[in-house]
Amino acid sequence: MEQLLEDFSLGLFFWQSLLFIALVLLLWKFAWKPILGAVNDREEGIKNALAAAEDAKKEMQNVTADSEKLLKEARAEREAMLKEAREIKDKLIADSKEQAKLEGDKMIKQAQAAIESEKKAAVADIKSQVANLSVDIAEKIIKEQLSDKSKQLKLVDDLLGDIKLN
Amino acid sequence: MTIPRIVGAGLIVIGVGVGIGKIGGQAMEAIARQPEAYGKIQTAMLIAAALIEGIGFAALFATAEA
Amino acid sequence: MLFSFCKNSVHLHRFLETDILNGMRKTFLIKFLFVVALFFSASTFASVKEDSSEGEDKDLKTHIQEYIQHHLKDSHDFSLFSYDSEDGTTHHVGFPLPVILIDNGLKVFSSSKFHHGETVAEVDGSYYKLYHSKIYKTDAAGTINYDEKHHATNEKPLDFSITKGVVMIFFTCLLMFFLFRGLARSYAKNGSIPKGVGRFFEPIVLYIRDDIAISNIGEKRYKKYMPFLLTVFFFIWFLNMFGLTPLGVNVTGNIAVTAALAIITFLLTNLTGTKDYWKHLFDPLGDSMPWYGKILLYIILIPIEILGIFIKPFSLLIRLYANMQAGHIVVMSLIGLMFIFKSWVGSPLSFGLAFAISLIEILVALLQAYIFTMLSALYFGFASEEHEHAEAH
Repeated sequence: MEQLLEDFSLGLFFWQSLLFIALVLLLWKFAWKPILGAVNDREEGIKNALAAAEDAKKEMQNVTADSEKLLKEARAEREAMLKEAREIKDKLIADSKEQAKLEGDKMIKQAQAAIESEKKAAVADIKSQVANLSVDIAEKIIKEQLSDKSKQLKLVDDLLGDIKLN
Repeated sequence: MTIPRIVGAGLIVIGVGVGIGKIGGQAMEAIARQPEAYGKIQTAMLIAAALIEGIGFAALFATAEA
Repeated sequence: MLFSFCKNSVHLHRFLETDILNGMRKTFLIKFLFVVALFFSASTFASVKEDSSEGEDKDLKTHIQEYIQHHLKDSHDFSLFSYDSEDGTTHHVGFPLPVILIDNGLKVFSSSKFHHGETVAEVDGSYYKLYHSKIYKTDAAGTINYDEKHHATNEKPLDFSITKGVVMIFFTCLLMFFLFRGLARSYAKNGSIPKGVGRFFEPIVLYIRDDIAISNIGEKRYKKYMPFLLTVFFFIWFLNMFGLTPLGVNVTGNIAVTAALAIITFLLTNLTGTKDYWKHLFDPLGDSMPWYGKILLYIILIPIEILGIFIKPFSLLIRLYANMQAGHIVVMSLIGLMFIFKSWVGSPLSFGLAFAISLIEILVALLQAYIFTMLSALYFGFASEEHEHAEAH
């Protein structure tokens, strides 16, 4: 231990500390900072490039997946549209058929009703005309038969003769 | 009769030798068991050996007071 | 197991003839032995020197030992090598460095005045002499007084000299500055792609960031410690590597240098400590216990925790110092053995060993830099821990 202390030279210690600290500071400024910075930048660059490549790859996959999805969707939509159109068509046909049937029925019924009422009116008209005609005929006949007094007397006699007092 | 200082120095050398030898041996075993941890084991081995060595040197200087 | 260790160490202690490449454990052992050898030889050094008449062999050993001792210390001139010429005088090849003393005012002069410790330097009426790489104030004749333990008792002036170590530190700082500024510029120029030497350093920078800083401090707060961690790692590594070159400057094996580094770690740890860090120090049990239960425990716990704050950087400085010191001693002793053996068997053997140890030292240079950085980061991690982290354990 004593020998160690004796070997210790203050001058060398002083110069060593001074030069070493100066060296650390100088190298810090002129060497380590740029070197570590450059190395860091490079590593950062590599890392970024790798990340970018990875991203691009992912994007690519996304795009393919997207287009596939779109395609599928479009196909499904087309399918759906076709189905809907078919349904609409069927429904239209069915609807119009029904409508026509209903309309027809209604018309037939109306026609029947009209025929009935016409018939009734005609019958009524015929009846009244028949009555008028018969009245007229009867009037004429009576007028003819009763044109002279003898005939009138005869008729009264006939009639009276018919009417037997039962 | 006093024991000469060189005996103490010898004892230190024996102790440190055993210590460092053991560290080296165990490190070898560990590396054989886990070759993938080679770097870590080597670092730990060197640190441990260096610590023992430092103590050993300090003790040697203490015995070798001229 | 214990027995095998004893046997091993005895074996190593005798001739260092074992296969050192076998593993880290053995290099640690060698280092410990050499640290021991250094200090005990230092204590017996004086007595050996006095009766050097025993023979040339002994003298060579002393000479080598002296040389190693000298090398491990900082020196006031930058000597590359020295040789003895035929007329017996020693020639040194190198260059002198400025000496700066604070002793009744600032005194600046060239270290050539010391003539490698052989003469007394006279500056403004004061006399200075180099003795074991330290400057002492002496009288005109250069007498050095010793106490009973053979320590010099002369007055030591405050020494702020530009020594060999300071020159190497300065050189390393310049090198690092231009190297890493150049690297930073090449990033700016080439669009964040490293070029040339940057390809070698960038992975290390990234390793420190990812595996030392982020894994120990955490994603959120690691950024402000990065300059220190990076600088300290490269600084220690480079200086360790320079220590292995033939220049052989033992800077990181100098306690003043490692102490300066460890003190910076210490200051950074405690100045950036969060509220949770201090709470963890002074109230480690939290609300898990009533206050009367905690008091007894805290009488023991808190001093330990406070001691721990200082032990952590202290172990950092001792570890780096001792490892580098020991490495240099091992390599130089093995090289020295070549001259002692002087035989067909011994010299190649010690050459081979010196070569092998040098290879291991290259690894250790890196390892110690890594460990210093790693442990600093670990301490910073303790200091900047957030509450939810503290809750986890």
